[in-house]
Amino acid sequence: MTAASLVVTDLRVEFSGFVAVGGVSFDAHPGEVRFLIGPNGAGKTTCIDAITGLTRGTGSARLGEQELLGKQVHKIVRLGVGRTFQTASIFDELTVLQNLDIAAGLHRSSVSLLRARRGIDPSIERAVDETGLAGELATQAGILSHGQKQWLEIAMLLVQDAKVLLLDEPVAGMSHDERTATGELLQRIAAERIVLVVEHDMDFMRRFATRVTVLHQGKVLSQGTVAEVQADPKVQEVYLGTAGAATTAAMAVVPEPVAETLKLTED
Amino acid sequence: MTKLKPWISLSGIGVFAVLLLVIAPLVLSDHWLNNVGKYCCWAIAAVGIGFAWGRGGMLVMGQGVFFALGAYSMAMHLTLETAGDQVPGFMVLYDPLAPLPAFWEPFRSTGFTLLAIVLLPVVVAGILGYALFKRRVKGAYFAILTQALAVALATLISSTIRETGGDTGLSDFKYFFGFVLNDPANKVMVYSIAAALLIVCLLAVWQFYRSRFGELLVATRDAEERVRFLGYDPANVKLVAFVVSALMASIGGAMFVPIVGIITPAEIGAAASILMIAGVALGGRASLFGPALGAMAVGWGQSSLGSTWPDGWTYVLGLLFIVVILFLPQGLSSLPARFAALRRRPTVQPTPAIAAAQLEEVRS
Ligand SMILES: Nc1ncnc2c1ncn2[C@@H]1O[C@H](COP(=O)(O)OP(=O)(O)O)[C@@H](O)[C@H]1O
Ligand SMILES: [Mg+2]
Repeated sequence: MTAASLVVTDLRVEFSGFVAVGGVSFDAHPGEVRFLIGPNGAGKTTCIDAITGLTRGTGSARLGEQELLGKQVHKIVRLGVGRTFQTASIFDELTVLQNLDIAAGLHRSSVSLLRARRGIDPSIERAVDETGLAGELATQAGILSHGQKQWLEIAMLLVQDAKVLLLDEPVAGMSHDERTATGELLQRIAAERIVLVVEHDMDFMRRFATRVTVLHQGKVLSQGTVAEVQADPKVQEVYLGTAGAATTAAMAVVPEPVAETLKLTED
Repeated sequence: MTKLKPWISLSGIGVFAVLLLVIAPLVLSDHWLNNVGKYCCWAIAAVGIGFAWGRGGMLVMGQGVFFALGAYSMAMHLTLETAGDQVPGFMVLYDPLAPLPAFWEPFRSTGFTLLAIVLLPVVVAGILGYALFKRRVKGAYFAILTQALAVALATLISSTIRETGGDTGLSDFKYFFGFVLNDPANKVMVYSIAAALLIVCLLAVWQFYRSRFGELLVATRDAEERVRFLGYDPANVKLVAFVVSALMASIGGAMFVPIVGIITPAEIGAAASILMIAGVALGGRASLFGPALGAMAVGWGQSSLGSTWPDGWTYVLGLLFIVVILFLPQGLSSLPARFAALRRRPTVQPTPAIAAAQLEEVRS
């Protein structure tokens, strides 16, 4: 089976004159953990927003034969494109099971919505086993740990059988062990699905990325494997600040990637 | 515990049904039974408000509109039934040769009237809700808009005295679908219908709350965007809740007419619509029984305190409202849970989840 790929071509997003994304192209295929990195304000989130219909963009974003741009948010989701947000956005007042059940309801008939839930969907059982939330089904989502909330979000996408998972900074705020667990989870998921991870954690990227696209000021700075991207002098310039006042300014906003890089070199 | 809870609520509805349908007719005087019937009508509308506002997050400030659709449909039918072959008395008052307005004619039919009570609110709320929710009108804008509609409808009725009875309203109904309204036995019957409808509405909402739709509605209330990103159109979810609440208001209005014997614009305008909301807020908008009990309490306050001390009653209600909103935002029905929580855990613990989320926001 040749599963569909996500192909983004010349994506542009403007906010009243300000070009947040200025002609970005990349593709992502099942079987790889695709990373989109770049300093804060590079336009990573805006790319995802445009692909998922939250903001208007021009250019093209295709899943297989389907053009996504211009469609309504919920219709894009129904085509199999799921996403998470930078801030965990689950239904805090509902239990883990209820959260997952709402996600699973996507393909249910409206009449079945009027009935109470009996038992647990097999898709939900698989998703909680995969994400390690099997013991938390009855827990109120609001009191989960930060890492568990992110996993719940991913589980919700699995329950929906999303073909594409667009994950916006899934490991932000996680402990080292949680990051490792998340990375391994993403590798397992990516076997059958398209996984695109937005990050500015370089360590995490190095450990789990198969291919990387580096964004900078709304443009693609570099693209390739982790080794290729790391060897690219343009990337080093942006991340290590070997030149340019603009870059140092960008770094001042987000010292975190630099800190991470330094930590890694010490290891 | 969570598994048991819906069944506890169900037996609660059972107890309530016995109280209203068996005990009340036995122990209450005709006068008070009629009053309780009136509270039941408000309670029916309140159950719908609790559904749309408490669970759905839509502050429906103009339920008077839908109350009016049911009430005036019923009132026109009863007026025509009383008038027989003649044109209703108030119309001839201004012009002895006045013909019956065309829109009155179909309300001679029992079937049409019953259908109108059900379908009018569904169609009106359907169109209105579709237009508003698809355009993502919400919060204060939604509240003000619905309120404005209630004002507009009340004004329209006030100004069309020849067609609708104006401020005097429609009254002096003698028959209710063939039954003589003056007969005490028939009065008990009309009361029983209203009480039974209230129970049916509670059962409907009970099923909604425990259904997947109920969970989806709460999710839409709390995180509409998130629901959208799970592939649902929140507009459709809200539309269902809004239409259901409109239907309940209309049913309440329809039963109000034979019980109270008069319907005027004052019963459906801004003040009346807000009073309906007030009862729901007092009782607890998101709970199952809160809205109905709150509405009945406000109704009772109005007929006891309100008739003996009309000026003071408004202040008492206002004060009560402020106190509840300030100290019990989930209404009086949250009191038991509050006490239970106080006993178990004397100190309130901060929620780290919120702090983490805020941190995220600062960092991004
Ligand atoms: N809704 C918006 N209106 C105006 N500017 C925006 C909006 N969203 C993002 N931006 C701007 O677009 C740029 C890219 O933002 P974003 O995609 O969030 O960056 P990243 O996710 O890479 O940190 C930033 O300069 C940001 O200020
Ligand atoms: Mg971002």
